[in-house]
Amino acid sequence: MTASSPWRGVWAVSGEREACQRVLDEILGAMNDARMDDAVVFAVRLATEEALANAVRHGHGGDPSLSLRVEAEVSPQSVMVSVQDAGPGFDPASVPDPTADENLTIASGRGLALIRAFMTEVEVPPPGNRIVMRWRGS
Amino acid sequence: MSDTFRHVRVRDEGGVTEITMLDQHILDELVIRQIGEEIDQAMVDASSANMVLNFERVDHLSSSALGLLITLNSRLQDRDGGLCLIHIAAPIAEVFRITRLDQVLRSEADFASARSALLSEG
Repeated sequence: MTASSPWRGVWAVSGEREACQRVLDEILGAMNDARMDDAVVFAVRLATEEALANAVRHGHGGDPSLSLRVEAEVSPQSVMVSVQDAGPGFDPASVPDPTADENLTIASGRGLALIRAFMTEVEVPPPGNRIVMRWRGS
Repeated sequence: MSDTFRHVRVRDEGGVTEITMLDQHILDELVIRQIGEEIDQAMVDASSANMVLNFERVDHLSSSALGLLITLNSRLQDRDGGLCLIHIAAPIAEVFRITRLDQVLRSEADFASARSALLSEG
């Protein structure tokens, strides 16, 4: 990786824990090489973990044997991670707000809210089976 | 009493059970399920329904782990007890703040403060 040439990775992986962990380790390794600080690493790790878990749980109906496509790009001032599943997709506007009073004690449904809180930009382009998450330094 | 499971260490002090999470990362769905089972076992053996969860070793947790905490909190309240979290790292405290779970899940600095808070409500 250089200032003008970001690090890039593309993977087709199963949703098994070990496979996802290897991808995550590569992304975090590139961030470490770019000397990103701990708060950014925490944010990207959390967002990527949540996106992978959502893809397997909702996109693939909990079947970890199905393949995910993950793309990542890391430069010293930005990180992009994209996770795509083989499911029919979802409408992010239909996800209940987990911070609403009536939802505070529901045990699930906080993954997307955490992704949005910790990343600078989040897109779920139609048909909704891919999430693109970006962190940008100020 | 002091028991060490695979993912948690359990001790009882003065009517409050302290459960120390032993994993640095609480992210994997399987691990979260196993932690839940180990806490269930600790609840069976516990002298009361007042529980302190010690996060001193934890530096990442997922939304599924938050779900485990919400469920545990409700179950302890149903038994006229309570849950208190201690030694929460700053980034995890931010997760609780963003999700507004800091308004649902009590946290204190250390075991002594947590024990005092739980027993004062009993």
